[in-house]
Amino acid sequence: MKTIDVTLQVWRQDGPADPGHFDTIQVPGVNTDMSFLEMLDLVNERLISDGSEAIVFDHDCREGICGTCSLMINGQAHGPLRGTATCQLHMRTYNDGDTIVIEPWRATAFPVIKDLMVDRSPFDRIVESGGFITAETGGAPDANLIPIPKPVADAAMDAAACISCGACVAACPNSAANLFTAAKVSHLNLLPQGQAERYRRVEAMVDTMEQFFGSCTNHGECQEACPKEISIDFIAIMNKDYLKAKFKNSRLLSRT
Amino acid sequence: MLHLDAKIPDGPLDQKWTSYKFERKLVNPANRRKYDIIVVGTGLAGGAAAATLAEQGYRVKAFTFHDSPRRAHSIAAQGGINAAKNYKADGDSVWRLFYDTIKGGDFRSREANVYRLAEVSVNIIDQMVAQGVPFAREYGGLLDNRSFGGAQVSRTFYARGQTGQQLLLGVYQQMARQVGLGNIELHNRTELVDVVVVDGKAAGIVVRDLVTGEVASHSAHAVIMATGGYSNVFYLSTNAMTCNITADWRAHRKGAAFANACFTQIHPTCIPQSDDFQSKLTLMSESLRNDGRLWVPVNPDDTRSPDQVPESERDYFLERRYPSFGNLAPRDIASRAVKVEVDAGKGVGPLKNGVYLDFSEAMERLGVDTIRERYGNLFEMYERITGESPYKVPMRIYPAPHYTMGGLWVDYELMTTIPGLYSAGEANFSDHGANRLGASALMQGLADGYFVLPNTVSNYLAPQLGTRPVPTDHPEFQAAEAAAKARYDGYVAIGGTKSPDRFHLELGRLMWDYCGMERSRAGLEKALAEIPALHEEFRKDLRVTGDAHSLNQTLEKAARVDDFFELAQLTCLDALTREESCGGHFRVEHQTPDGEALRDDEHFAHVAAWGWTGDPGQPERNVEPLEFENVHLAVRSYK
Ligand SMILES: Cc1cc2nc3c(=O)[nH]c(=O)nc-3n(C[C@H](O)[C@H](O)[C@H](O)COP(=O)(O)OP(=O)(O)OC[C@H]3O[C@@H](n4cnc5c(N)ncnc54)[C@H](O)[C@@H]3O)c2cc1C
Ligand code: FES
Repeated sequence: MKTIDVTLQVWRQDGPADPGHFDTIQVPGVNTDMSFLEMLDLVNERLISDGSEAIVFDHDCREGICGTCSLMINGQAHGPLRGTATCQLHMRTYNDGDTIVIEPWRATAFPVIKDLMVDRSPFDRIVESGGFITAETGGAPDANLIPIPKPVADAAMDAAACISCGACVAACPNSAANLFTAAKVSHLNLLPQGQAERYRRVEAMVDTMEQFFGSCTNHGECQEACPKEISIDFIAIMNKDYLKAKFKNSRLLSRT
Repeated sequence: MLHLDAKIPDGPLDQKWTSYKFERKLVNPANRRKYDIIVVGTGLAGGAAAATLAEQGYRVKAFTFHDSPRRAHSIAAQGGINAAKNYKADGDSVWRLFYDTIKGGDFRSREANVYRLAEVSVNIIDQMVAQGVPFAREYGGLLDNRSFGGAQVSRTFYARGQTGQQLLLGVYQQMARQVGLGNIELHNRTELVDVVVVDGKAAGIVVRDLVTGEVASHSAHAVIMATGGYSNVFYLSTNAMTCNITADWRAHRKGAAFANACFTQIHPTCIPQSDDFQSKLTLMSESLRNDGRLWVPVNPDDTRSPDQVPESERDYFLERRYPSFGNLAPRDIASRAVKVEVDAGKGVGPLKNGVYLDFSEAMERLGVDTIRERYGNLFEMYERITGESPYKVPMRIYPAPHYTMGGLWVDYELMTTIPGLYSAGEANFSDHGANRLGASALMQGLADGYFVLPNTVSNYLAPQLGTRPVPTDHPEFQAAEAAAKARYDGYVAIGGTKSPDRFHLELGRLMWDYCGMERSRAGLEKALAEIPALHEEFRKDLRVTGDAHSLNQTLEKAARVDDFFELAQLTCLDALTREESCGGHFRVEHQTPDGEALRDDEHFAHVAAWGWTGDPGQPERNVEPLEFENVHLAVRSYK
């Protein structure tokens, strides 16, 4: 265990309308076993005891699964470590004397609520438009009636591991949400249960995505930033399905 | 005294639920849209109820303080979900799951509720698979199972180490569909701050918009609360940071009885605390005990690295003490056994505050790849936090507060003692008695939300056809709103010196020291003297910076801690008055010579349901006797 001193440059913004600014905060005495968010807890304790307002940031599970934490750390979504959410980052990653810049996710689709907290509800809009399998409660057949080959179940699970944190959007130079949407689409489109709505789903979700987010130009930054290391291959799956969907859905329409 | 009628249907155990469903009153599909239902909490239990009731045609308003339903604490569940599918043909059945759950709960739950839970468990798996939950599969494509504590069959379904996440995504997606269709009106970042009762019935809720600080009312024909558990009363627990008791507590203060508060579960396998600044503890899933073996060096002064300690100098204490269940002894038993070793000075690690959970034998037997496939993400999580790789050195683990069996008292229909107010999931006290078996919380939350409430709510609603919800300008709503505003403004106005977190930390320490894994009369009496004093200090010396009219996390926390204080008192009082040891409640005065829990069925085979009297130090203890007609009250042995 060791103790280090760091300097934070933290984004403070009173509300969506406030232009916002950086505050410089000296943080002496940081134990390197602390998690990054515990370091912020410490800063907040000190701010409160000085009579100042605590820094607002989103967090909950603190074990990398709820997708609530969302910090841009030195320009990197969730900080420097691969496959790591902000809450899983520890201060042992930093050295004595480091300056750490902390900002919220920056994307037009994610307006700042306050300080480091943003509104990610466009993700919900995408799911509401088609990110589900219509299977109302009751009447489901026995679960083992449809065998699913292990590789298929595993691939669906790889996509379903997405925690909807928004790091992909924050990391993307275009603020595109293709990795998020592709993960959601692929999880369901790969499974036998998802086939009935496959093309309707992809079309609705992609169209909704485009209402809020920028377009993908294959930078691949999203994959690098993703705390769950979701692969951009899913974007290819989504694009393929989307093209097919355009064709199939218009054919269906012309028949009616 | 409260009137506690559990409304258990007549008839043989295995016919009760079927006959209830037939006898209950129905609302015809065309009339359902004439009813408003409020659902507070959108985790597994609340989300499943909201989605299903909306599908049935009711008008649903759902509330969560999270920014999206998919963030609920259910997302963090790792290990799995039980169901009596008997896919492994290893002798499982509805009866066996029922029996294991009753026994696991140390005979402190209701037979009829638990039987129903086991019965609908099979439908849950069908439902979740239909919705696209990618459960683990075998190469042949069929569903895979693993074992969990307290069972001798393999009935646990899982999705890698992320079962809760996958189940919650299933529920969230189903809810999202109903939101998209306009059948659910979803209020996120909105916290329940009071429950409103008019003419003795639940009329609605008062909420605070966390972004604007605005306080508002919503009314409905019925209110369902599924707001999770209260392990965070201990400050450090495995629960997510925002889990709290406010919703249950506000209902309790309005007349809902609170049952078995002292039945709290301490999970044996968590990463030991490393320092004082720690904000939460991380669970290492119970599933690890399928292949991991717990041990300590025989010699307390052994300082060798674990791989240097020969077999003969290791004590596999669970295998030794409980040969038939071994490392898969239930949580309460395993936790206490770990405590015994650490208290005896045999703890390992720099602070000597843990025991080993060792996979080397399993890695040898099954190969590293199999172990990686089964537990890879847990191993990685462990390494990230501790800087040590479980592939190389055994994990170190210690028990931590994890789950709360206690909660709002509910009858067979999941209705609280306030007519029209229901409670589901971890928030109610229902099915786990004094100890919950692993992988049964997800099962219960989904059973309540998908299969129980959608069948029981109509029984209350049907006779109200043609009535309108109480308007929110009713004086009761106005008074509750005014009180809520005054409460929040009040925290800001105190202007003391200590943050809500400081108070929470101190309260948590008291609870852990005196009402944790082991409880004594003297300790509980001490806690009951110190908690109100600390609460008094909180009222005088709290410091909340910022204001009540915008997003203020310090203020949110203050209100939650305020309610934890009162709950803490009730928990200690419940522990003090339950003069026996059972499940997660271990009173040092009541143990066998070899340190096992000593139950007192003659005096305590009952639920303690506490009524609010206005004085948190003097609640009223009511009793619902538990009748066992189908199982024999046995000494719970895992030896
Ligand atoms: C780390 C961990 C691992 C676990 N693993 C397993 C496992 O493997 N198997 C298993 O069966 N169980 C497991 N459990 C237990 C299980 O996850 C929980 O008991 C269960 O998910 C609780 O679900 P719920 O729907 O009752 O509540 P939650 O999921 O906690 O949801 C509560 C909801 O209520 C809302 N809420 C609360 N208060 C308010 C308020 N005042 N106003 C508005 N909204 C409010 C929240 O926003 C949230 O939406 C685990 C628990 C933990 C901590
Ligand atoms: S706080 Fe849950 S993922 Fe970081």
